[in-house]
Order: sequence, then structure tokens, then C-alpha cells
Amino acid sequence: MSRLPEAAVTRRGRLNYGKRSVKEENRQTGGLGEVLPPLSAHEARVEAYRCLYCYDAPCTHACPTHIDVPGFIKKIATGNLRGSARTIMEANILGATCARVCPVEELCEGACVLNAEGRPIMIGRLQRHATDHLFERGIRLFRPGRPTGRRVAVVGAGPAGLACAAELGRLGHAVTLFEKRPLPGGLSTYGIIVLREPVEVALAEAEMIAELGVDIRTDTELGRDVTLEALREEYDAVFLGIGLGGSPDLGIPGEELVEDGLAWIERSKFEPEKMTVGDEVYVIGAGNTAIDAATIARRLGAERVTILYRRSEREMPAYRHEYAFARKEGIDFRFLTQPVRILATDGRITGIECVRMRLGKADASGRAAPEPVSGSEFTLPADQVIKAIGQKKPELLADLGLATEKGYVRVDEAYRTSIEKVYAGGDCIRAVGAASTVMAVQDGKLAARAIDADLGLATAAAAE
Amino acid sequence: MADLSIDFAGIKSPNPFWLASAPPTNSGAQIHKAFEAGWGGAVWKTIGAPVLNVSNRYGAWHYNGHKMLAINNVELISDRPLEVNLREMAEVKRAWPDRAVIASAMVESKPEAWRDIVRRIEDTGADGIELNYGCPHGMSERGMGSAVGQVPEYCEQITRWVMEAASIPVIVKLTPNVTDIVPPARAAARAGANAVSLINTINSIIGVDLDSLEIIPNIGGKGGHGGYAGPAVKPIALNMLSAVARDPEIREAGLPISGMGGIETWRDAAEFLLLGAGSLQVCTSVMHYGFRIIEDLVEGLSSWMDDKGFATIADVVGRSVHRISDFKDFDLSFRAVARIDPEKCIRCDLCYIACNDTAHQCIDLVDGEGRKVAPGSYGPRANGKEAATADRPLPVVREADCVGCRLCYNVCPIDGCITMAEVPSGRPPVTWAELTAARPEVGSDWEAMKRYRQENGIDIH
Ligand SMILES: Cc1cc2nc3c(=O)[nH]c(=O)nc-3n(C[C@H](O)[C@H](O)[C@H](O)COP(=O)(O)OP(=O)(O)OC[C@H]3O[C@@H](n4cnc5c(N)ncnc54)[C@H](O)[C@@H]3O)c2cc1C
Ligand SMILES: Cc1cc2nc3c(=O)[nH]c(=O)nc-3n(C[C@H](O)[C@H](O)[C@H](O)COP(=O)(O)O)c2cc1C
Ligand code: SF4
Ligand code: SF4
Ligand code: SF4
Repeated sequence: MSRLPEAAVTRRGRLNYGKRSVKEENRQTGGLGEVLPPLSAHEARVEAYRCLYCYDAPCTHACPTHIDVPGFIKKIATGNLRGSARTIMEANILGATCARVCPVEELCEGACVLNAEGRPIMIGRLQRHATDHLFERGIRLFRPGRPTGRRVAVVGAGPAGLACAAELGRLGHAVTLFEKRPLPGGLSTYGIIVLREPVEVALAEAEMIAELGVDIRTDTELGRDVTLEALREEYDAVFLGIGLGGSPDLGIPGEELVEDGLAWIERSKFEPEKMTVGDEVYVIGAGNTAIDAATIARRLGAERVTILYRRSEREMPAYRHEYAFARKEGIDFRFLTQPVRILATDGRITGIECVRMRLGKADASGRAAPEPVSGSEFTLPADQVIKAIGQKKPELLADLGLATEKGYVRVDEAYRTSIEKVYAGGDCIRAVGAASTVMAVQDGKLAARAIDADLGLATAAAAE
Repeated sequence: MADLSIDFAGIKSPNPFWLASAPPTNSGAQIHKAFEAGWGGAVWKTIGAPVLNVSNRYGAWHYNGHKMLAINNVELISDRPLEVNLREMAEVKRAWPDRAVIASAMVESKPEAWRDIVRRIEDTGADGIELNYGCPHGMSERGMGSAVGQVPEYCEQITRWVMEAASIPVIVKLTPNVTDIVPPARAAARAGANAVSLINTINSIIGVDLDSLEIIPNIGGKGGHGGYAGPAVKPIALNMLSAVARDPEIREAGLPISGMGGIETWRDAAEFLLLGAGSLQVCTSVMHYGFRIIEDLVEGLSSWMDDKGFATIADVVGRSVHRISDFKDFDLSFRAVARIDPEKCIRCDLCYIACNDTAHQCIDLVDGEGRKVAPGSYGPRANGKEAATADRPLPVVREADCVGCRLCYNVCPIDGCITMAEVPSGRPPVTWAELTAARPEVGSDWEAMKRYRQENGIDIH
């Protein structure tokens, strides 16, 4: 497995973004550390005592990986932190990542019965308390299963691929994990802002999974370094957890001067000291990625950061709690505004030409379709523009000959694709519903069990 | 406003709250401060035989983050010189004529020793004497404290010695470390004591340290049983209090009882009064929070009395004693069933699992369409707060099968969500005593019991 690049290690070092005082101030008050501090042992215990230990608990139901939440919280209350982490990671091997990145307001915490009195249990932070305990001490809870002699190839070391590989390893199958990037972790490593999850957490999890006997081969790309045919031939099954593609184009003049939101976030994780940030920054798009990109710009010291969105506040795809967070960070929003051209002088952005929008009839997504108001063009002065309008559909699918659904890999109930022995999960199959880390983990885990079952069937059939 | 003053066996105080004989009453300076805060009286930390104390003398029982639900101690009686205690006692009484100053005493079981200490206490001007027959550790090894309190004959004998010498009221403080608290109380009454007080501390070992494997608290590598007190002992104290309060001999002797053991709030105080305590003593909760808790004790009790229309403490004392009964006199036809208020229910399903795992399996989970559903009946891909909350089934009691055990009521975290509703059983009232007097075989033969149940439509599965 590749080592952590130097930049990641030093990214906590002093940052240097120019001399202006506002930036200086922002750096001191904000900065790129984790937003939520860890709970102290006392805070965690007190919070754990508050949990009612519900039966058939709604928080467990709401968790996509169905962690036994009351079970793990009770163990924190009794001081059995190792057991607590086990409860979490039996269900969700990436429990340490999920504790930080999950939209808990929509999941476990949103379902907590104590919402009745407005104070749900801090499940995410308790989960982090238990899993951090484990990683801080280098404790390993799981071992590879008794070898079955079966070999499975997993492509993509994001949450889906890692979860699948871990489960297969625990079931005793020999797993090789192919990852095109230099580091494992997928978007947990490259895409989720440090304010939520430091790179080290994702890498520590990958290391733990490698110790389950998973052979992680980074810098190895399906379609370039290996072919699907070769994998199908060499392995008993193949799991694809290849995620989504890069940022789509805006398709407007001056686009080449626009920062790519995903790359912007990635750099903020590995080399923030090399980033330059403008004074008047605009972020195009209003999903969670846009809010992340805007937050980074703000924390790096931009004077003003404004999110431009062509629909209204109501249609915004960002979670409500993310929106509230952005507001608190001092990020401005301009709704019903569509950029039509980037204005520049000598290759430097000077402004954005926009057009006002109004909401028309509902479109395919069920949201009101925005339409331009003719003659309403206007210009906003700007010196930096970041696009964060989501990710492209998964790439490579046609080349691989996979059947698709709305551009995503089509799978059946058992995560089988249209090609025999090939399974898929994670963002690349998420044709419906919000893509999130924890959903990818559940896919990986369930797909591994489906593969295991299918391999078992094959054994039985061969024996006949 | 209610009048909180009391006259307890001739000892007067402006409110019924006295500090119990313990660390809070260790010195004159402390008692001054307590009286300034508003305490009605103080029972001086027990004086008497010479002693030496040890470090790490207090252990405690903490529960789910709540500190000191109980304390346990191996503290002996006062280790300050006797003359110092007596001198300060006199000073305090002089400075606070309206407060009750009571000396607690414990000396060797010899008549001269008791006569001597009684005389010296009376010289201070103290309002009364409490005889400490309760200390369960250390002193008992030397034949004092609970070694006296546990043997009614000793209790009676020593009390007689004291009564012969004393001219001020004498209270006998009883130990709870007996199977029945009544015989020692009767012994005190027979000897002519003016009052009893209860409970002293209960034998206990608070725990074992899982790192060092030492006993808690660790006293130089050793540990031992100590006296247990504080909120956790209240139910035991209430039981002993009511046992003494309803005893015919004690009632006949008209012996007032000073109640203690776990009093922390005015609610606790009111319960002690209702079960027969004529004055109240407090130790552990003062050790936890300081003398200042007197403000809420007095104010809360006073408002409650106003709300209930009680003008004086005497109106409250013993009000609920007559309701204490024996099982054989309970009405077997009394029937209550659990009812869940769906509006208040937060669907934690604690009642469901309690009833199904450990009671009578008569709470069902019912969905919006009224169908019974099994817990956890969602697929592995179900998720999100909407899915988890919108269709979450509601616990519903099958009243016909509910035996009214009241377990669910006790586990429900929401006040007023589950009520135990009294429902007609359709059977005439009958007690076990009446039933077995009329049909003795019902109590000795299951076949006879079966016939009785069939006749009366009692079905227990
Ligand atoms: C900016 C941003 C912020 C986000 N924030 C959150 C958040 O806070 N909380 C949350 O729950 N979710 C968040 N998400 C979504 C979450 O990151 C994804 O849902 C999750 O990572 C999906 O996991 P995956 O394994 O399916 O895909 P990915 O994480 O994308 O991993 C796919 C992996 O496959 C590799 N790969 C791709 N093609 C090949 C190939 N041909 N050969 C070999 N390897 C290949 C990729 O390099 C990558 O490592 C965020 C997403 C973005 C973009
Ligand atoms: C540390 C400690 C020391 C005590 N010392 C005495 C004592 O010297 N004499 C005595 O009669 N009771 C003593 N007691 C018992 C208390 O007076 C009282 O009976 C008992 O603590 C119950 O009341 P509580 O629950 O309010 O603490 C002591 C209790 C404690 C906790
Ligand atoms: S719903 Fe809330 S209170 Fe109940 S078990 Fe889950 S976290 Fe605890
Ligand atoms: S009272 Fe007892 S039997 Fe009736 S529903 Fe509650 S727990 Fe069950
Ligand atoms: S214990 Fe109370 S709140 Fe919880 S499900 Fe039962 S009735 Fe509802």
C-alpha cells in the first residue's frame, strides 16, 4: 500500500495565503481542522447515559448499515469501548469514517425518539468516541476468515469497495483490491473536506482492511492496467465500486478559467498551503459539494463567498443542516441566478455574467424547472469561480459492456450486474436516492454476502 | 402559610429538619453555619468513648453518572476531645436558643459511663440526648453501637441506665442491621425512652476496584463493611419507619419517631412525615451539597402543605400509616390494566420488551392499519429517518391478557404516558385471609385453586 504523501502529513503545518488581515483572522478562527471536537470521556459517558436503550430502536432502523445503536451506546456507558467499537464495526467496517461524515440529521439522529424533546442523542459523536478509541490504540478486532480458496477482485477502494473487500476477507475469500489512485479511501480520502474527516482516518481504515488479508493495489486502473475479461478469468467474482466520474462541464464561455470543485477540495486535503484564494469568490451549484467547496474558500480566507444557484432555496439539493452550517460560516447565497459567461482580462477572472431565472413547471425530478428571464442579464464582479455541480455518471460502463439504468450500473437485488460473476455497488449503482458513504458501505457489505452465497451455490452445484 | 415548627418529645424546633449525627455536625462552627442557613436542629456528631479514625473512610455508590446515590463509611464517633465537643455544644446552644441541639452519645456498656456522659451533656444545656445504638462498624467490634442495638435486652438495659440519670428527653437511635426493627424499638419503649430515631447506616461493601482488585475504599490495602446511607436507602428506611409507626406497643407508648435515611428533597421529607416521622434528620445529601439544601426542603414542604391544606406538621405526621397493610388483606379482586397514551408515546418500545421478555407478553406492536407487526420487520436496505419514524408501530396493550403487573408503567420514560387504569374485575372483593378462611383448601391444593379460578373466571396463562 502506498504511504501517505508528504503533503498530507504537513497539511496541519502553518498555512500561508498572503498577508491580508481578514485572511489571517479567518485562519485563526476557522482553519481546516475537524469542526467537531472529539467528546471527552466524561461527555461521552454522560451522553451515553441519556440514551434510553430503545428496543427495536428507530435509530438502528434509520442507519443504512443498521448498527445496533443502543447496543453500542450502552457499552460506552459501561466503559466497554472495545465492545462498543465491535458492535459498530460488525455492521459498518467504516464506522470511524461514517461517525464523521454521515448526515446523521437525516439518518440515526433524525430518527432518535428523543427528538420528541428536541435533544436527540449525539450518535455520530459517540460512534466516533468508540471507534477512535480503537484506532488510537491500534486495536484490531477482526481477523481474516478461514481460507475458502476462492478469489475475488474488487475494483475501486472507495467505501463500497473497501466494505466489500473487508466482508469478503472476513468470510475467508482471498481479495485483491484494484484502485487507480495512489491512495485508497475513494472520496473519503480525496473528496470529503478535512473539516469533517481528516485523511488519516480513511487511510487507517484502509490499513485495517489490508490486514484482513486484502491485497490493495493502488495506481492500478481497470480499463488501463487490467481488463474486466482478465479479472473474470482470474477471479471467482468481481465487484465494481468505481464511484462516479469527474465534474461535468458548465458549457459556458470562459469555463477553462473556472476551478473544478472536486479538485479544489482534493487540494485542500493535501496541499492547502499551495492554494490561492480570491477575495470575491463564487461557487456555482447548491449541493453539498458546493457548500463544501465554499466552506473551504471561506476558511482559506476569501473575503466573500457566494453560492450561485439557478433554482430557489426550496429546491436546493443540499441538506438543510448543511445549508444552516454554510450560513453560519458566513457564506452568501444568490438564488434564481444562472451564470452564462465568465468575464476575464489577460486570463484573469474579472466577473461573471448571469441571467435571472424564474421557476416554471415541474421537471422530471419533480422540482420546478428554472427558466431564464429574457433581458435580465447582469454582471457580478468576481476574481475566482468554482464549479461544484455534482459528479458525472460513472465512466467506463459502455466500454465494459455493462447494462445501465439512467446511466448507472444496473444491478439486481443481489448486486449482480448484467455480466456473469460481476457485481457492483456504491455510487455507481445509485440511480435513485442520495449517494452517501454509509449507503456505499451497506452495498459493499451486502454484495460481499451475496457473492459469498453465490460462491457457495457454485460449490454445491459443482459437487453434484 | 403552614406552620413547620415541631415539638418532638419536648424538643422544640422551628422546622422539622435536623442535621443527623454525622460529619455535618462535627463541630460548633459547622452547626453555627447550618443554623444560619436555616436548619431547625442538629444532632451532634456522636461523642463518648475515645477513638481514632482512618483515611479513605468514605466510599460511594454512583449510578449512571449520578454521583453518590449512597455513601458508605467506616467513620467512628467523634475523634475530637470530649471537652472540646461539650464546650462547643454549650456555646451553640447559648447562641441558638430556638434551635434543637441534641447530643448523640455512645460509651462503654457500663452504668457509670452512661451516667457520667448524661450528666456532662446536661451541663451544656442541650435539648436532648440521642443514644447511638446503630454504628455498624468499629464501635460494634468494641461492644457498642449496633452490638447494642441488635440485642433488645442490651438496648433496654442501657436505656434504663440512661433514663435513671437523664432529665432531658432521650431518643434511642436504632440500627437497621436487624431482621425486624420492632423488637429493639419496643425495648426502648419499655425502658421509658422518650422517642426513637431510625435508621442508622446499613452494613455494606461498596465495591471492588477492577484495576487493583482492592476493596473500595482502599484503606492501606484493606477494606471492610461500612455503613450505607443516602438516597438509595430511602425505601428501606420508609419500611422500617412504618413498621415501627404501626406497631401497637409503640403506638400505645405514644413514642414519637425521628425519621432519616435517604432524605434529600422535601418530597422525601413529606413521605417520611406521612409514614409517621415526627422530626426528620438528614446527613448524606448535606454531605453531597452542603447546608444550603435546607432552603428548598423548607420551602418545598411548606408549599406542598399549603396546597394540601395542612396547617401544621402534626396534621401530616402518620397520615398514610393506616394504608400500610399486609398482603393477606389486599383485595384479590382489585384489577388494573396498563393503558398507553398514543399521543404521549415516543415509541421507545421499552414497555414492549419489558412485557414480552419478563412480564405477560400482552403488548403488541401495531402499525397504522391496526395490524400486528414483528419488531425489526424492515429489510436490510430500509433506512432514513422518514422510513424509521413514519411507519414506526405503536405499542398497544391487549387488556384482556394484561395482569396489571405495572412493569411497563415503571419502565416508560415519559411521565403520564402509561397509566394503570382501574377496571372492574366483575368479582366481589375478597382478601386472601377471607378466602382461605372460607375455603382453606384453596391455599393448599392446586386442584381446589383451579376450581376456584374457574368459578370466578380467573384465567392466567
Ligand atoms: C465533495 C463530496 C463530499 C461528500 N461528502 C459526503 C459526506 O459528508 N457524507 C457522505 O456520506 N457522503 C459524502 N459524499 C458522498 C460519498 O463520498 C460517496 O457517496 C461515497 O464515497 C461513495 O463511495 P463509492 O465507494 O461508491 O465511490 P468513491 O468513494 O467514489 O470510490 C470509488 C473508487 O473507485 C476508484 N476507481 C474509479 N474508477 C476506477 C477504475 N477504473 N479502476 C480502479 N479504480 C477506480 C476511484 O479512484 C475511487 O477510489 C461526498 C461526495 C463528494 C463528491
Ligand atoms: C460518614 C457518616 C458518619 C456517620 N456518623 C454517625 C455517628 O457518629 N453517629 C450516628 O448516630 N450516626 C452516624 N451516621 C449515620 C447518620 O446519622 C444517619 O443515620 C444515616 O446516614 C442515614 O441518613 P442519610 O441517608 O440522610 O445519610 C453517620 C453517617 C455517615 C454517612
Ligand atoms: S432512538 Fe435515541 S434514545 Fe433510542 S436507542 Fe436510539 S439513540 Fe438511544
Ligand atoms: S402491566 Fe404488566 S402485563 Fe400489563 S402490559 Fe404492562 S408489563 Fe404487560
Ligand atoms: S415505554 Fe412509554 S414511551 Fe416507550 S413505547 Fe412504551 S408507552 Fe411508548
